[in-house]
Amino acid sequence: MSNVTDERVKRASVFTKVLSMPEVGAFLGAIAIFILFTNRDTTGNFAGLGGLAGWSDIASTIGMVGIAVSLLMIAGEFDLSSGVMVGSVGLLIGLLVTKLNMNIWLAIVIGMAFAGGIGFLNGWLVIKTKLPSFIVTLATFFVLKGANLAYTMMVTGAVRVTGVDAAPGYQSAFNLFALPIQVGKFQIQMSVFWWIGFTIVGTWVLTRTKFGNWIYASGGDANAARNAGVPVARTKISLFVTTALTAGFVGVIDVLRLQGMQAGQGIGNEFFYIIAAAVGGTLLTGGAGSAIGASIGAVIMGMAYIGIPYSQWDSNWTSTFLGLILFTAVLVNTYIGRKARGGKR
Amino acid sequence: MSLKIKVAAIASIAALALAGCAQTATPTATAAANSNIKICVYTHSDHGSFWSVFEKGAKDAAQSLGVTLDLQGSNNDAQKQAQTITAGVAAGCNGLATSVPDAGAIKTAVAGYVAKNIPFLTVNSGSDVSQSLGAFTHVGQDEMIAGEQAGLKFNALGVKHVLCPIQEAANSGLQLRCDGLKKTFKGTTTDFNLDGALSDLTKATQTLTAEFQSDSSIDAVFALNADVAAKAVLPAEAAAGVTLKVGTVDMSPEALQAIKDGKIEWAIDQQQYAQGYMSVVLLYLAIVNKNELGGGQPIYTGPGFVTADNVDAVMGLVKAGTR
Repeated sequence: MSNVTDERVKRASVFTKVLSMPEVGAFLGAIAIFILFTNRDTTGNFAGLGGLAGWSDIASTIGMVGIAVSLLMIAGEFDLSSGVMVGSVGLLIGLLVTKLNMNIWLAIVIGMAFAGGIGFLNGWLVIKTKLPSFIVTLATFFVLKGANLAYTMMVTGAVRVTGVDAAPGYQSAFNLFALPIQVGKFQIQMSVFWWIGFTIVGTWVLTRTKFGNWIYASGGDANAARNAGVPVARTKISLFVTTALTAGFVGVIDVLRLQGMQAGQGIGNEFFYIIAAAVGGTLLTGGAGSAIGASIGAVIMGMAYIGIPYSQWDSNWTSTFLGLILFTAVLVNTYIGRKARGGKR
Repeated sequence: MSLKIKVAAIASIAALALAGCAQTATPTATAAANSNIKICVYTHSDHGSFWSVFEKGAKDAAQSLGVTLDLQGSNNDAQKQAQTITAGVAAGCNGLATSVPDAGAIKTAVAGYVAKNIPFLTVNSGSDVSQSLGAFTHVGQDEMIAGEQAGLKFNALGVKHVLCPIQEAANSGLQLRCDGLKKTFKGTTTDFNLDGALSDLTKATQTLTAEFQSDSSIDAVFALNADVAAKAVLPAEAAAGVTLKVGTVDMSPEALQAIKDGKIEWAIDQQQYAQGYMSVVLLYLAIVNKNELGGGQPIYTGPGFVTADNVDAVMGLVKAGTR
C-alpha cells in the first residue's frame, strides 16, 4: 500500500506493525461487508440496533467456539468434533433434567465434565497415537453424531428432548446464560456478553501469558519448542479440552434458550468455527493467529446471515457468499501481511 | 366420528366382507383361518415417535382381524430394508406392505414377490413409484396435496404473503409442499432457504427475524417442521415484532401447546396410525376376498389438520399412542 520506498532498510513503523497483525485483514473485511450491507439494506435496520441484535447473536455462538478453535489451530491442531459437541452437551443436560429430574446446575456440571472428558480424549489420542488431529476428531465427530441420535431416540423415543424449562434451577441458570437484554425494541442475547468476555480472555491468554507463548511455539515448530522446554503435549491437550468445554458451554446456552434440544443441533457448525478462525487470520498450518480475529470472523458471518435477507437477496446463495468471503479475506490477509512485513510478493 | 370409531367401522366392514366370503362359513373357522394369514409390513421405521404410532396402528388392525403380523423396521437403511424384504418373503408372506424411501433399493427385493401375484401395497413414502413397483395401491400422504391443502387453509385465514422456509435444501418432499402451497394460495408465496435450521435453531431464528423485518408484507409462515415452527418461527415473530399466522407440518409437544395457546393456527398430520391400520386391512381384504382397493390410485391418510378445536382431543390421543 504505502510501502513504495525501499522497505528492506526501513524500520517497522506503527502503520506496518498494525498491518502485519493477523486480524487486520478480517477487520478491514468486516468494515467492507458492513458498508456493503448498510448500502444494500432495504429495512433501514442493518446499521442500527435491529441489525446488531441479529448479527451479534449469530456471531456470539460462532465466535466463542471460534476463539477456542483458533487457539487450537495456532497450536497446529484441528477439532472437527467441536460442532457436534454443542449438541451432545445440550442433549445430555436435557436428558438428565427431564428423565432423572436432576437439578439443572448439577446437569450443567456433568455436561461440562463430559465435554472436558471428550476433549481430553481427543488430545490424548492425538498425542499418543501421533495421528493427525483431523482424523482423530473426525472420528469423534461421527461417534458423537451417531450417539446423539441413537441415545436420544432410545431414551425419549423422539429426535428431541423437550421440557427443560420445568427443571429445578432452570430460571437462575437461564438468567445467567441465556437471558436476552431488552434494548429499545430489540433484544441483545446474553451470549453476546459471554462472547465479548471470551474474546478478552482469549486475547489476554494468547498475548500476555506464558501459556500463550507455548501455544504459538507448539504450532510453530513442535520439536524446537520441546527442546526449548515448552510442554507441547500438555499445551495441546489443554487446548483440546478448552475447545470441547467452550463448545459444551454453547450447548448449555442453547439448551437453556431453546428449553430443549434437537438431536441434530450443532452438526456442521465446526466449519463455521474454522472459517471464523481462518478469516480472522489464523494459519491452518499453525504458529500464527489471533483470538480477536476469530471474533471478527464470526462478526462477518453474522452480518452475512442478517444482511442477505435484509438486502432481499436470494437466500439460496448464502453459502456461496460465505465461501467467497472466506477466500477473499484469507487472500487479502495474506497479501497485506506479506506486504506490510516487507516480504516479496 | 373419532379415529378409533372410524377404524372400528372399517374393521367391522372387513369382518362383514369376510363373513360374505364363501370359504369361511363360521366365526370360529374364520379366526382359525385368519391366524394362518401372515401379513408382512416392512418399513424404513426407526421405531421413533412417528413410527411407533404407525406400528401401533398395524398391530391393532392385526389383532382385530386375528391375523399374524410380521412387522419390521430398518432404521432408514434402504439396504437393510431390502434384505428384510428378501428374507421375509422367503419365509413366506400372504400379503406385503412396504414403504419406499428409495425405489432403487426396494425394486429388486419386491420383484420376485410381485411375480408370485401375492397382494402388495406401498405405504407412507413412495406414492410416485407405487404402481411401477407392482403395488395395487399406496397408503399415505402426498406432499403436493398437503401443500395444496395448506394453501386453502391460508386463504381461509385471509393472509396475503406466505413465507415457506425449507430446512433441508436437499429434501425434495419439502419443495413439493411449498409448490403445493403456491398452487392453491391466492396471494404471494416465497420459498426461503433455511438449510441447516435443525442443527442451529438460534441462527435460523435470527435469519427469519431479518427476513420478517426486511419484508413487512409477510403475514404468514408455512413451517415444514414442528421444531422450526415452535423454536424458530415463533421466537423470530416475537423478535421482529410482527404478527404472523403460522401453520406447520407434523407435531411436537411444543407445537401442540402453541396451537392450544393460539400461537400456531394448525399442524398438518399425516395420520400414520391409519397408514399402519389400513395397510393391514387392505391386504387382508385382498388376501381373503381379492378386493383391490384404491382403483390404482393412492389412498390418502392425510393431510389431517390439528387446530385449536381438536388439539385437546389430539393431545389425549398422542398420549394414547395413536396420533
